Amino acid sequence: MAYAAGVDVGSTQTKAVIIDEQKKIVSRSLIDTGANVVQAAEKAFLLTLKDGNIREEEVSYVIGTGYGRYKVTFGNAQITEISCHGRGAVHMFPKTRTVIDMGGQDTKGISINESGEIIDFCMNDKCAAGTGRFLGAASMALDIPLGELGPTALKSERPVKISTTCTVFAETEVLSWLGKGKKIQDILMGVHKSIASRSVSLLRRVGIKDQVTFTGGVTKNLGMVTVINELIGLKMNVSDDSHYMGALGAALFALDHIFESRIPHEEMLK
Amino acid sequence: MPHLQSQQSLKLILKNYFTGFKSPLAWCTSAGPAEILRALGFDVYFPENHGALLGASRTAEKYIPRAHQEGFGGEICSYLTSDIGAWRMKETPLTKAYGLPSVPKPDLIVYNTNQCREVADWFNFFAEEFDCPVFGIYPPRHLEEIHQRDIDNVVGQFEDLILLGEKVIGNKMTDADLMETVLLSKRGSQLWGEVLNTAQTTPSPITFFDGTILMAPIVVLRGTQICVDFYQEVLEELTQLSSEKISAVAKEDVRIYWEGMPVWGRLKAFSQLFANNNAAVVASTYCNSWIFDDFDENNPLESLALAYTQIFINRGENAKLDMMKDIINNFNIDGVIFHDSKTCFNNSNNRFGLPKKLTDATGISCVTIEGDLNDMRFLSDGQIETKLETFIDQIGSKKGIY
Repeated sequence: MAYAAGVDVGSTQTKAVIIDEQKKIVSRSLIDTGANVVQAAEKAFLLTLKDGNIREEEVSYVIGTGYGRYKVTFGNAQITEISCHGRGAVHMFPKTRTVIDMGGQDTKGISINESGEIIDFCMNDKCAAGTGRFLGAASMALDIPLGELGPTALKSERPVKISTTCTVFAETEVLSWLGKGKKIQDILMGVHKSIASRSVSLLRRVGIKDQVTFTGGVTKNLGMVTVINELIGLKMNVSDDSHYMGALGAALFALDHIFESRIPHEEMLK
Repeated sequence: MPHLQSQQSLKLILKNYFTGFKSPLAWCTSAGPAEILRALGFDVYFPENHGALLGASRTAEKYIPRAHQEGFGGEICSYLTSDIGAWRMKETPLTKAYGLPSVPKPDLIVYNTNQCREVADWFNFFAEEFDCPVFGIYPPRHLEEIHQRDIDNVVGQFEDLILLGEKVIGNKMTDADLMETVLLSKRGSQLWGEVLNTAQTTPSPITFFDGTILMAPIVVLRGTQICVDFYQEVLEELTQLSSEKISAVAKEDVRIYWEGMPVWGRLKAFSQLFANNNAAVVASTYCNSWIFDDFDENNPLESLALAYTQIFINRGENAKLDMMKDIINNFNIDGVIFHDSKTCFNNSNNRFGLPKKLTDATGISCVTIEGDLNDMRFLSDGQIETKLETFIDQIGSKKGIY
């Protein structure tokens, strides 16, 4: 039995996944990326090996993805996270034709075919509005843990309108709403709607085709899932492993490589 | 571009050009009527070329904040801001490269707003600095079609320029001098076109990044025999490389068209990024902008007016679409990159739906990258790298390569 691994080094967190020859996830890990990107990649990979009780030599091929893909120094190849999220999403939800990946510093709208190949994609420019970082700023300003943002926002009855498109100024705007006596849940729902609106406009640029799969770290936020579902009028696919979708896609590409290398020489010549 | 011997000739030509400035000297925009100025007897200096040098030498960011101090905004032309900032700080890359103490002093400043209105502010600033006569040509803009009335309009302005130039220089311009200069410009431009067209073969012996270096003479020495001779030499070399199937990138799986300004501070990095991903940028609107098919020595003023008014940047969206479709067909393009240049609105053609129109019309995929010509603060290397690598993957999958 050979294993394949994908290591997704994101701006905020690093995820690693190992799959077996049946394309089943056998282990996974998630850590904060921190300042040492090379170390984060190694640590995430080692944790995955440990979690799956797998020896390093049993992993035949490793692909790095995410912003730090070239820092996966022990990896065999690199593929961008856009391609990997597309591949992972169509594997987990085969009818996926559109992917929205919301990570720490960027959001991507991806249109894919039945094989998970990219037809079109769009991502935010270098501004962090409409990304997980925007939620992070709100979390800091309101002193609410990230994990509680979504559930709190869902209690809102009269959401405020967050008009700024700048993550830094959003913090100021949140504080100004607090000063005006608005409820925290209403401010938070305003933040969620602001991010969702910018992200959905990215999706519209590539075209929203059913089914839509949500990937990346923000998938853990039920408030964001709910708001985006309302905006696009569809129920997005989300799984407990959505956060690992990039790493999963990378592992699937790695497995392709393992299988291709086994093709007999005569077959290759045909 | 290590495989091109003619690069050595280019170095010498540029050294002679920059160290040979003499009065009377005129400043001119890059797509301005340099032929008229040369025929009048002026040496000609091009501030945009200086702007590109500031970008390529990655010194622009040092100077741009100084221009802000003069009241110039952060989101206007970064050629303008870097050039004015460098002037205020009394520095120029020409000192290190050619020993020039400063940019050359003008006796006349001429601009043509066929490319943008920013050149008017930029050149008028220097006219005040040098207390120098300035002449602006304001052609009709954003034209879908060029009519005779548009040409007549510009010819009239050229005639006024000639009168001013003659006054500055104290001599009459002769028809023979103008015809000779236009003829040399025509030959240089034709050869430059042929140089770029060598990229129509697969694999291409030249990339857009090579073009941004090789283009210097067609900008700064248009209308001279030096320019003609140089492109003759380059063409012969590229034709030879082409016949030997020697390509600019080691493996050319994907052929790309770059629309918009170069990112001067990242020429080498982007060139390597494409080469590492088996992709070649074989065509660009930018380099093609100095191919002027309509120069005619027998009808010099009208042909100059037509050539300089019908450049890509001065055209309407439908005309631009048609021009891009031609390049896609002629260069066998797989994908188009639109560079949305933060400080160059006029050269950012993604903003009014052109990428979608192009994809609808040709089936060719497009991607937009956000950056800038000179101000690298508007650039995110990580995001651009991700976008470009994904785009090349996307095209590769479509072609069945990956």
